[in-house]
Amino acid sequence: MLKCRTVWRKLAPLARASSTVCRQNVRRTGLTHGRLPAQVPAAHMSTGPTGGGRENQLYFLLVGVTCVGAGVYAYRTVKGDQLRYQDRIDEISSRQEKFNTENSDTPSESEPVLAAESVEATETQVVPKPEPQAEPVPESEAEPSPEPQAEPLPEEPSPPVPDAEVEAPSETTEPPLAEEPVVEAPPEEPAEPHAVPVVEEEPLPPSEPSPIELTESPPPPEPHVESDPPAEAAAESPAAEPPEPEPQPELVSESVGESTPVSLKVPSHTPYLLIGGGTASFAAARSIRARDPDAKVLIVTDEPDLPYMRPPLSKELWFSDDPSVTETLRFKQWNGKERSIYFQPASFYINPEELEGAENGGVAVLTGRKVVHMDVRGNKVKLDDDTEISYDKCLIATGGVPRNLQVMERAGEEVMKRTTLFRKVDDFKSLDKVSRNIKSITIIGGGFLGSELACALGRRSNDSGLEVIQMYPEKGNMGKVLPEYLSNWTTEKVKREGVKIISEALVKSVTCKDDKVEILLKDGRLVKTDHIVAAVGLEPNVDLAKSAGLEVDSDFGGFRVNAELQARSNIWVAGDAACFYDIRLGRRRVEHHDHAVVSGRLAGENMTGANKPYWHQSMFWSDLGPDVGYEAIGIVDSSLPTVGVFAKATSKDTPRAATEKSGTGIRSESETEDTATSPVASSTPAPSVEQHRDDYGKGVIFYLRDKVVVGIILWNVFNRMPIARKIIKDGEEHADLNEVAKLFNIHED
Amino acid sequence: MSYCRQEGKDRIIFVTKEDHETPSNAELIAEDPDDPYEEQGLILPNGDINWNCPCLGGMASGPCGSQFKEAFSCFHYSKEEVKGSECIDNFRNMQECMQRYPELYPQEEEKESSPQADSDSGSASAAPPESSTLTPETDSTPGPDNTLPTDNQTVS
Repeated sequence: MLKCRTVWRKLAPLARASSTVCRQNVRRTGLTHGRLPAQVPAAHMSTGPTGGGRENQLYFLLVGVTCVGAGVYAYRTVKGDQLRYQDRIDEISSRQEKFNTENSDTPSESEPVLAAESVEATETQVVPKPEPQAEPVPESEAEPSPEPQAEPLPEEPSPPVPDAEVEAPSETTEPPLAEEPVVEAPPEEPAEPHAVPVVEEEPLPPSEPSPIELTESPPPPEPHVESDPPAEAAAESPAAEPPEPEPQPELVSESVGESTPVSLKVPSHTPYLLIGGGTASFAAARSIRARDPDAKVLIVTDEPDLPYMRPPLSKELWFSDDPSVTETLRFKQWNGKERSIYFQPASFYINPEELEGAENGGVAVLTGRKVVHMDVRGNKVKLDDDTEISYDKCLIATGGVPRNLQVMERAGEEVMKRTTLFRKVDDFKSLDKVSRNIKSITIIGGGFLGSELACALGRRSNDSGLEVIQMYPEKGNMGKVLPEYLSNWTTEKVKREGVKIISEALVKSVTCKDDKVEILLKDGRLVKTDHIVAAVGLEPNVDLAKSAGLEVDSDFGGFRVNAELQARSNIWVAGDAACFYDIRLGRRRVEHHDHAVVSGRLAGENMTGANKPYWHQSMFWSDLGPDVGYEAIGIVDSSLPTVGVFAKATSKDTPRAATEKSGTGIRSESETEDTATSPVASSTPAPSVEQHRDDYGKGVIFYLRDKVVVGIILWNVFNRMPIARKIIKDGEEHADLNEVAKLFNIHED
Repeated sequence: MSYCRQEGKDRIIFVTKEDHETPSNAELIAEDPDDPYEEQGLILPNGDINWNCPCLGGMASGPCGSQFKEAFSCFHYSKEEVKGSECIDNFRNMQECMQRYPELYPQEEEKESSPQADSDSGSASAAPPESSTLTPETDSTPGPDNTLPTDNQTVS
C-alpha cells in the first residue's frame, strides 16, 4: 500500500505533466518534481507539430519503403507457392504414371490427369490449411479453397475432362492409386469443395444434376457433401453401372462406371470413416445418417461381427432357455420380447463396395480388417492388408482389450489355454461351451463384469453342479463402486446365487498341474480350478495414437479429446477409448454401454457440424441376479463420501418387476426409445421373490465431491433416472440430501 | 422414524414413508427449453423434426431413411385439413422401400405407417408405434440414452 502511494506520488506529476503538455503545449508551473522542466521539451519533441518537418518526411519515407518491400515479398511468396505447388503436382503425377504403368492393367492417360486433378483438389485444400479445423471452419475454409482451386482448375479440366469423357467408355481398369487422398473423378472434382462456386465452373452441366441438387440442399453444405455428386453422377452418367468391387470406387466408377479386375472390396475414399465396429461406432453411424441425409458411412472393424451390444453377453444371454442361444444370440427380455444382440440385421447395411455408388448413401461395415496406421495430414488410414482409405471425417471408436494379470501372462501356454479374457461374442461362445464341460471355474475380478459373470455362471451351477469361484482383491463385490456396507450386502447376494467368494485375494502365481489350474494367492491359499475368466479391467486401445500423433491421457488412458470429443481436426473419439472433458464432472473416461451410445451419438452429431459438448450424462446399470439391480449416473467411486437414503423394499422392487410393469424390454429401454405402446397391463406379480427384510432394499445413494453431488446410484429404484440426471447437471450444493432424496419417491413404485 | 448412522465417510439414512411425505424443499434449477446443449425431443424448438431423436429408432438412418424423412416431413408440415393427405405418394414410396427389407421393417407394421390425421404430437406417435414395435427387431439403443418424454414429465 505504502509503496503504491509513494510510486504514485512520484509518477502522478509525470503523468499529469505529459498529458497537459500534449493537450496545451504550455510550460508547467507548480509541479513538485524537479525533473519535470527537463521532460517538457522531451515530450514536446515526440509529439508536437514542432517536431520538425524533416524528421517526419524521413519517417514517412522509411515506412513507405518498408511497405513496398513487404508487398513485393508477399507477392513473390505467393507466386512462388503456386510454382512450387505446380511442381509438386507434376512430380506426383509423374509418380502416379509410374505407379500406373507398373500395375500393368490398362492404365489410361486420363488417369494421371484424373489423379493430378484430384490430388490437386486435395492439395489446394490441404496446403492452404494444413490443419483443417472442426465443423464451422471447413465450411468457411471450403469457401476460400475453391477460389484458388477455381483458377487452376478451369484451365486444366477443360482439356482433360473431355478426354476423360471420351475415354470413359474405353477405360477398363483403375489400378489402386494408393496415394489418392481424395479420390474423386474430375467432373466431380469441381463440385467437391463447394457446391455453389462450382456450379458455375462445372463444364459438364448435363451429367451433373447433383451440384444443382447440392445448391438446394440446406446450407451449410458440409464437406462430406462432396461425395454426393459422385454418387449422383454415378447414377446418371451414361456408362455408369454399379461399381464393381475395386480399390477405387468412386474415382472411376462414377464418371466412368467401369469394372476393375482387382476386387479388393474396399472403397478408397469415404466421407465418414468409423474405426471400430462397436456400440459407439454404430451410434455415430446412426447419428450421421439421421443428420446428413445421404451420408456414406464406412465402419472398419477387426471383429468378424456386425455391430452388437455387449451387456447381454454377461447377463441376458446366460439366462436364456434356448439351447441354440450361442448361434442365434437372441435373448428374451423380461417381458418375453425377444431381440438379437445385433443392433441391426445384416440387411440394414450395404456392402462396402456398393457404398460409393449408393444413391442414398448408407452404412457399410468392413469386418475383419484392422486399421494399423493413420495419416492425419493426408486424411487417410492404412489397413492391415495395406489398403488405404481416405476420409473426410473420422471417428476412432476402437474400444479396448481386456487386461490380463501379469502373473497370468507369465504363467505359460497351458494356463493361457484355460483362460478367457471376456469381451466379445466369441468369448461368450467359447465360455458357454467350456462351462458346460468342466467342473470348476474361477472368475478373477470383482467389478461389473466379474460379478455379472459370476452370477450368471452361478445360476447355471444350480443345474450343472458347476463350482463357481470368484476372487478379487477388494473386500466385497463392486468394492470400488459401492460404499462398503452396500458392497458387503451385494456380496451376500452373490453368494446366494451359488458363487464361492474369495475376497481380499491377490494372485501370486498360476500354474497348470494335472490338467487343473492352480492359483496360488499371496496369503497362501491355493485354489484349484479348471478354467479361469479374467475380468480385471479394460485397456483402451490406443494403437493408432502413435501414427496419428494423437495425445494419450496419462491419468485415465485413452485418447485425450476435448469436450466436443474431438482429438484433432476431422478426428473424433468416442466410447471406451475416449478420455474426454465433461463440463460438469471434469475429465474422465467411461467404460459403459450408455456412454458409448451417448458419446457415439454426440460424435456423430459433431461430425456433421453440431459442435455440441458432452452434456447429456450417460448412465449405467447392473443386475446381479433377479433381486439386485441398480442404475447409476455420474462419478460413482467408493472412495468418495456418500450419503445413502434407504427405504424398505417390497417384493415389487426388483428389476424383473420393473420391466414387467413398464412393459418394456430391458429395464433401461423404458427410458430410452419412446415406446408408445402402453405398459403391459396384465403383468403377473413377481413370482415369490423373497421379501427383503434387509436394510438396503431400495434407496438412493449420493456420491459427493466437495459437497456437490457428482454421482447417484438408484438402488432397486427404477425409472427415476431423469431426476438423478437433473441433480447432477445442476451441480448445486444441497444442505440436506434427505430432501433431495424425497424427489425420488423411493417408497413408491 | 428415520434414523441415521455413519460408517466412516459414508452416511446412511433410513426413512419411512411418512418421513418422505412432506414435499421436498430441495431446489432444482429451472430448465431452459431452448438450451441447445440439451437432448432435444422429436420436435426442435424451431419446429423442425429432430431426425436424431432416439424415439425414431433407426427409421431415419436405415436404408429407407430418406423415404421416411420425406414422408414424415411432408406430413409434419402439412397444412391440409386432413393432415398429410397430400403425402400419399411419399408414404407409398416409403412403404415400397420398406417392403424390400422385411427383416428390418416387419410387414405387419405397414398398416400403421399410413398418414394419420393428428396433431404434431400425434405425428410423433405415428412414428413411434412403428418404431417401438420395430424396436425389438430393428432398433438398437438399449442403453438409456435419452429420456425425452420422461424427462419432460418427471423433471419439469
